[in-house]
Amino acid sequence: MTQRAEWLRMALLATSLAFTMAGPVLADGPVLPNTVPAEFKVTDFLLDNGMEVVVIPDHRAPIVTHMVWYKIGSADEPPGKSGIAHFFEHLMFKATTNHAAGEFDRAVSDIGGSNNAFTSYDYTAFHETVAPSALELMMSFEADRMRNLVLTDDVIKTERDVILEERRSRIDNNPQAVLDEEVDATLWQNQPYRIPVIGWMQEMEQLNRTDVVAFYNKYYRPNNAVLIVAGDVEPDTVKALAEKTYGKVARGPDLPPRVRPVEPEQNTKRTVTLSDARVSVPSFSTEWVVPSYHTAKSGEGEALDLLAEILGGGNRSRLYQALVVQQGIASSAGAYFQGTMLDDTNFTVYGVPRGDAKLADVEAAVDAEVARIASDGVTSDELEKAKDRYVRSMIFARDKQDSMANIYGSTLATGGNVQDVQQWPDRIRRVTADEVKAVAARYLVLARSTTGYLVPQQQAGN
Amino acid sequence: MSQHHHPTRGEGKARAALATLFLSIFFLILPALAARAMEIQSVTSSKGVTAWLVEDYSVPVVAIRFVFGGGSTQDPPGKEGLANLMTGLFDEGAGSLDSEAFQIRLDDAGAEMSFEETRDGVYGSMRMLAEQRDEAFDLLRLAVNEPRFDQAPIDRIRAQILSGIIANENDPDTVAQNRWTRAIYGDHPYSRSDQGTRQSIAAITQDDLKALHKAVFARGGLHVAVVGAIDAETLKKKLDTVFGDLPQNQALAPVADIEPKLAQRVEVNYDLPQTSLQLAWPGVKRKAADFFPTVLMNEILGGGTFTSRLFQEVREKRGLAYSVNSSLVNQDHANALIVSTGTRSDRAAETLGIVRDVVKRLAEEGPTEAELAATKKYLIGAYAINNLDSSSSIAATLVELQLDDLGIDYMQRRAGYINAVTLDQVKAAARKLLSAEPTIMVVGPPLAAAGKG
Repeated sequence: MTQRAEWLRMALLATSLAFTMAGPVLADGPVLPNTVPAEFKVTDFLLDNGMEVVVIPDHRAPIVTHMVWYKIGSADEPPGKSGIAHFFEHLMFKATTNHAAGEFDRAVSDIGGSNNAFTSYDYTAFHETVAPSALELMMSFEADRMRNLVLTDDVIKTERDVILEERRSRIDNNPQAVLDEEVDATLWQNQPYRIPVIGWMQEMEQLNRTDVVAFYNKYYRPNNAVLIVAGDVEPDTVKALAEKTYGKVARGPDLPPRVRPVEPEQNTKRTVTLSDARVSVPSFSTEWVVPSYHTAKSGEGEALDLLAEILGGGNRSRLYQALVVQQGIASSAGAYFQGTMLDDTNFTVYGVPRGDAKLADVEAAVDAEVARIASDGVTSDELEKAKDRYVRSMIFARDKQDSMANIYGSTLATGGNVQDVQQWPDRIRRVTADEVKAVAARYLVLARSTTGYLVPQQQAGN
Repeated sequence: MSQHHHPTRGEGKARAALATLFLSIFFLILPALAARAMEIQSVTSSKGVTAWLVEDYSVPVVAIRFVFGGGSTQDPPGKEGLANLMTGLFDEGAGSLDSEAFQIRLDDAGAEMSFEETRDGVYGSMRMLAEQRDEAFDLLRLAVNEPRFDQAPIDRIRAQILSGIIANENDPDTVAQNRWTRAIYGDHPYSRSDQGTRQSIAAITQDDLKALHKAVFARGGLHVAVVGAIDAETLKKKLDTVFGDLPQNQALAPVADIEPKLAQRVEVNYDLPQTSLQLAWPGVKRKAADFFPTVLMNEILGGGTFTSRLFQEVREKRGLAYSVNSSLVNQDHANALIVSTGTRSDRAAETLGIVRDVVKRLAEEGPTEAELAATKKYLIGAYAINNLDSSSSIAATLVELQLDDLGIDYMQRRAGYINAVTLDQVKAAARKLLSAEPTIMVVGPPLAAAGKG
């Protein structure tokens, strides 16, 4: 729900690189300055009703982060019901048979805690941050709303107005967001990532009680959920409390495997253009369909992460150095890869012209760097520095408890497991320059790409 | 969307402008129960540089944050954007290292360095691996003491800023915020864009940058906080390395205090599906006796929880908005209470009426005893979660405490201040501030077109 929820989604998507690279538990990374002490050991187990549990100890302060991740996102929605996953996230903050509306929120704020939720393509997550003594209370509220929501027409109608307002605020009032939505719908012709998480307006307007009750009964079950507890608690305590609360919720029917339509082969170069009076400086982005960590052959996800970092990860990257520093034609240029997704994902490059440079000049220069890295590969120096940056960011990530909880939650909700997170640094270390070149050559083919242009109104038709 | 940025600090919505969106989203964890768990040392180097230190070895990381008082208010007339441009140049060459060489060394050192300005200060931050802290602190010393301000990076960073200025020229939110600051601050420096204008940034020279650096980067206006894997004796040496050779006194242009001008109507008309509403009432000085009563009042009105009156009336009961909140803005020279929301344009007049009713009712009747009690508990408990969730955010919080001159034991005293507030004090604060006629800005179609005004 919440004013911040969708921002979080955006932030997660926009920073999925940082996200994947923030692997917290560094078992024995070769160049790490230290190893992770035993008291940080991550524990995972299953409750009898099928709910997965991960405990991430962090005893620096008397606080816990409690999160429940449901393996249900916008890409799992029934046809014609776009936005229902996110809408349901909002409805989870309403009354249950045991608690009046707002009681959970008040219980959290009474102890100075914070709570919120967010929805993405592949998952919906609810979280609270509180003192350890309140963990059981949080679990009992969260277990209660997993099954006991009271969904009346009045509640649904009012909250539907809220999500329509949320859509106007995030998408319809913002030309970049309008373009992004339609670029996604063009890049993805069959896979459900073509549909925006917030939903299409005309379908959101029609979401009703029958839809949400069916959705609730199908997906909000312990055997479709992952509990992440990070903080100042012991695994045994979490296990006992989880059995006492979530353990009492009946297992639901087995859900079918999350097999969704996949993309057909792309044989075209597609373009989408939005001209808008609010735009004064044009920009573009080009996207390709690439494997995610879940769909990739072994090593390709890691190679794509390194490719994104070397090509366009920051101000030492090729795109920044070539376009912004050396040629002086762009105010920004870069690349990113969103690896933590259940199905194939996208790899994106972008650029914004500056001064007298034309958008076409910037696009041509970006394309040239893409072609060069696909044909000539990367240097060993570039590769080692990119690996170092990932390893460093993992150490920095251990400084923030919620980063670790989010890494485990998103990985487990997109087909991964605890070992995938723990072994990620080693896998990054093993990637070779040839493997980075191979994924660039295989996937970054300009003749099979999708480009979005955002241009000022007077340039329409250019 | 369009969370309007008010550089601010202290309690309330502190640092909304500075903090990354990320922090404000994920406000989580850490050295919570700060009062009990966190020991803050005051460390003074042999050359007389003082820092607050939280020593913590659980993660092999050191975070430093510091501020020099005097931010974009110090931009000379006609050179608006100078402080902002300067903050873009500290990793673009220092000492004997040019831009390229400096950035390679920084990358090799495994450190992240950033500078930014607000209206009232120039901030620097660095996050480093404990094992490579010598190299990192040495680069910070170069950046702070010997920035080169070479012409090529000046021109490049200026061009990037210019591109941003042009890109926002037709953006309704940017246009509206410029109208807003001019309306409430007149010709005070707070009314100027901290990025400057096309003309003003074109006029900035290397000499201007050097002069601003010399005027601002002095020990008299410096506050430092350090968190992480470093002991006091080592830190003393590093403080001398980085800051010990700076001049003693700043040379700042005086800035007048200003009361935001209220009782205005600002219409910024665009044909948008959602209308933004922004309202300003008087604020409260950080040092005022009724500061905490006002903080509690603001929290009850539209603070950070889902239980605030505005959230309940505008969003929860009526579905008129996704985002609605109030915040206290505390700057060095101005204070205000700001309410903002976004609502479908055909019902904007109705939403504005409800916001004003909620405010009027709080001004006339004040909160209930139960609301006050719950809000006290929230504010006491939320401090650690909102302000101390990582080494970097602890360091940022400690710098703000120093700027506000609240004392190194403030965290232990804070709950007492909140608990001591009475219902009558909160009622008085509500009456005093919220009885004023606000300045109201409407960004969207004209309200009249929507029916009732």
